[in-house]
Amino acid sequence: MRLEARPQPSVAMSIASPVIAVAITVVLGTLLFALLGKDPVRGLMVFFYEPIRSGYALSELAVKATPLILCALGLAVCYRSNIWNIGAEGQLLLGAIAGGGVALLATTATGGWIVVAILAAGAVGGMAWAGITALLRDRFNANEILVSLMLVYVAEMFLSYLVYGPWKDPKGFNFPQTQMFPASTQVPLLVTGTRLHLGFLIALAAVAAVWIFMFRTMAGFQLLVGGLAPLAARYAGFSSRKALWTTLLLSGGVAGIAGALEAAGPLGQLTPHVSPGYGFTAIIVAFVGRLHPCGIVLAALLLSMFIIGGEFAQSRLGLPRSLTGVFQGLLLFSLLACDTLIHFRIIWARRLAWNR
Amino acid sequence: MEPIALLLAATLNAGTALAIAGLGLLINEKCGIVNLGAEGIMLIAAIAGFATVVHTDNDWVGFAAGMGAGALLALVFGWLVIWLNTNQYATGLALSMFGAGFSAFVGIRYVQEKLPAREQFAIPWLADIPLAGAALFKQHPMVYIAIALTFAMAWFLYRSRTGLVLRSIGESPESAHALGYRVRWIRLACVVAGGALCGLAGAYISVIYTPLWVEGMTAGKGWITLALTTFATWRPGRVLLGAYLFGGVTMLQFHLQGMGVQVASQLLTMLPYVATIVVLALISRNPTWIRVNMPASLGKPFYPGA
Amino acid sequence: MIDLNKRWWLRAIACAAVASVALVAGCGKEEPKPAAKAAEAAPAPKPDPLKIGFMYVGPVGDAGWTFAHDNARKALEAEFGDKVKTTIVESVPEGPDAERVIRDLADQGHKLIFATSFGYMEQMLKVAETKKEIRFEHATGYKSSENMRTYDSRTYEGAYMAGVIAGAMTKTNTLGVVASIPIPEVIRNINSFTLGAQSVNPKVKTKVVWVNKWFDPPKESEGAQSLLNQGADVLFQNTDSSAVLQTAEKAGKFAFGWDSDMSKFGPTAHLASAVINWAPYYKKATKDMLDNTWQTGGVWWGHKEGVIDLVAVSDKIPEATRKRIDEIKAGLKEGTFTVWKGPIKGQDGKKRLAKDQVADDKFMHDIKWYVQGVEGKVPAGG
Repeated sequence: MRLEARPQPSVAMSIASPVIAVAITVVLGTLLFALLGKDPVRGLMVFFYEPIRSGYALSELAVKATPLILCALGLAVCYRSNIWNIGAEGQLLLGAIAGGGVALLATTATGGWIVVAILAAGAVGGMAWAGITALLRDRFNANEILVSLMLVYVAEMFLSYLVYGPWKDPKGFNFPQTQMFPASTQVPLLVTGTRLHLGFLIALAAVAAVWIFMFRTMAGFQLLVGGLAPLAARYAGFSSRKALWTTLLLSGGVAGIAGALEAAGPLGQLTPHVSPGYGFTAIIVAFVGRLHPCGIVLAALLLSMFIIGGEFAQSRLGLPRSLTGVFQGLLLFSLLACDTLIHFRIIWARRLAWNR
Repeated sequence: MEPIALLLAATLNAGTALAIAGLGLLINEKCGIVNLGAEGIMLIAAIAGFATVVHTDNDWVGFAAGMGAGALLALVFGWLVIWLNTNQYATGLALSMFGAGFSAFVGIRYVQEKLPAREQFAIPWLADIPLAGAALFKQHPMVYIAIALTFAMAWFLYRSRTGLVLRSIGESPESAHALGYRVRWIRLACVVAGGALCGLAGAYISVIYTPLWVEGMTAGKGWITLALTTFATWRPGRVLLGAYLFGGVTMLQFHLQGMGVQVASQLLTMLPYVATIVVLALISRNPTWIRVNMPASLGKPFYPGA
Repeated sequence: MIDLNKRWWLRAIACAAVASVALVAGCGKEEPKPAAKAAEAAPAPKPDPLKIGFMYVGPVGDAGWTFAHDNARKALEAEFGDKVKTTIVESVPEGPDAERVIRDLADQGHKLIFATSFGYMEQMLKVAETKKEIRFEHATGYKSSENMRTYDSRTYEGAYMAGVIAGAMTKTNTLGVVASIPIPEVIRNINSFTLGAQSVNPKVKTKVVWVNKWFDPPKESEGAQSLLNQGADVLFQNTDSSAVLQTAEKAGKFAFGWDSDMSKFGPTAHLASAVINWAPYYKKATKDMLDNTWQTGGVWWGHKEGVIDLVAVSDKIPEATRKRIDEIKAGLKEGTFTVWKGPIKGQDGKKRLAKDQVADDKFMHDIKWYVQGVEGKVPAGG
């Protein structure tokens, strides 16, 4: 067996590959559950059915997917233009800090416009943090992978400093938290009785906007060319500096909005635990979504399903959480491996396979 | 003088695991492959090494087990990224996720286990030198192995023929392929060797550095290591220096805290990360230096005949 | 090899096809399940077991905080047998995710739910407001409602007793504390440890390093090494792992166990372990539910109620000191001894408690400063 590059990516396979991948995961999962002496059907239901079984469950799925979609969108734009920003987590935290800072200024009497200000501040915070990476890359040629990653740790400590120090709730018995934001800052809910908030629509709007930007504007085209063929881009006179700044500021901005949405949405205050690693999970989401805005929505929903399913596996079946990590890893491996079939076809040949 | 000697000793110790894993990732990246799964590999190797020592009472068998586990995972990773051309970044992250889960899952029964006490290793005579002796010559053998490994790696990459082939594959897999080298197999060998070294580092952490097993115990050392290779602009000597620098600044910030410096501890905890960024910015100012050392095909898939 | 590969692919594809069909069929078949479940629950011959949910902040295998909670849960199951059924969800991030998990536990028929970290407070409060029929228990927080109450342990009692031993054992008069996160409890523990040491050795100074994490064994060990380098010869930690103790063991210095009995991790370095045993509280809360006597409120239990103890006290400790520990324990049991009793001065020399003044719980909750003898700055900036 060997692989042969297809002349062009297969459309049929790009649809079939995730299905095959899920099927492989189902098979592996069945084996895994059977080995552990659990009913495989129950086990699979917990991951694939229970997270989408009702309107409420779906709303929770959307809440969980919102920050993932936003962060992954920005990352996809970066990666497509060969900018390896892996610090979306830090940019999200700075967005939460900036948005939270504005929310703390509000009072109960403040109008609903404050939410707009919070989100704008979040975007600016995220952009500023990503801007450091861009600046160091631009001026000092410092590698963006390293700078953006290190800035995640710095952002965590900065948030921690604020909520333990200057921004601590004076009535909070010294616990690391700001006071609860006034109700006026709450991101509007879409459906009462759920936690589904406006952020999900913002995320979907961002998906559309990024799609238009990438595939329908000249600036987006320049970025894509710059990523695919840097030399050609240079001959065409496309500025790689402009690409660097555009992509990093864009991805910092959306990650910042995601952070502000978390802070002013389901959290309602700042604590050291604004994000359970959304910025890192988003990297996986971006790739599983094949760096395409629509793919990212599906990938974010899939990963959220697995995260929530992991909780259900504990509460329904008594499986340890670590098993969820194993299962998630397997799903990702098979998703990535199956994507090979889009660009390659399998050739069944004897002996030939030994050639390199 | 004594505090400085002790700080130096602690720095060498703290940098060792980072240096070993860093050299592993270096050899990966020199042939063009980025492995973001380092954290997962280190965790699985940590439990493999720890469990082996629990059962065999022999540290070196434990290290070997860690290396074996690391090599095995790297083999799977290599197959996926080299033969199936999966995205290196995503596959690495998936490996990290898998490794964290899997190590926790198999490790649960070792959580309360302990390893036997060990003799303090010391180089004869040299260890008796006042001040410097205790600092430099009374460390675990692995500390010296890490240093030796750095020299060996530098020699291998820049002085040996195989090293040349390896680097040329990192620069341009297409030309190496045209010259008749079996690019994919060589890349796989590099990935496996890199995984084995990450595994050694993971086992060193759980067997010697903090002899215990708990879920997620490497606590992000794998990510720091990834940053380290970039920081070192892909030069073995600088990997070692970078590891010591990071370990040194970490120890220094603890030292400052212990001295009672009037600065919030969160700001001091930031120090190693900020220092890394600043030093990187300073050394990266010369673009040719980076271009010469950075493998040109880093992160890009290679498919023969494409 | 080639054949094997080919076969592998065929097999994979076949399996995938079968499994996809199975999945679709499975989903279709299972849809009417909620109704069926309700029906099977109704005609139970004997009263259903009380379902109790636990939400943990770390993994059960952290060997520290969560481990202690889970041991208590097991003790609870052992005590009540089939009258209760417990469920755990581990490593739940503090923040929005907690609300989903608590709500789900409630929807799954758990009548009593424990959340074991401070960061779950607001989320639990929110769910408690909408699920009035369910009783919620929140560890280490300060907010309660008609169906949500709080529980906590007086970990500082263990820290104080450890301090008494440390004060007697130190030769350099320098103690070291590896601290985790600057929440009030940890600051209180550093102070209590120092007060304990000063009660037998007024010359003692305490150096503190903050790891800024609950759990990071390599970093804990680096912090411990740094303290040893600066002359500390007895270490104490408020972090989760045994790394600090093991570092002391390697260096031939002394240290303590925390959360659970850690004596085996450092046979020569180990002086004693300050442990938390949540079982008495979990049993009481369950009994309240079974007897229908559950009432809201908040408790702060210590050695008196059997939640805090100092165990595995080493033979290396002088007889007099061991006797002192026994006296303290007896005093705590009978209520004749209090750790926080004046005169107590702050780090700045300011009087915080006058002579013989006993600190009340409100005072205890508001300690954001170091006592005299602790070096450095409180990271909370207080």
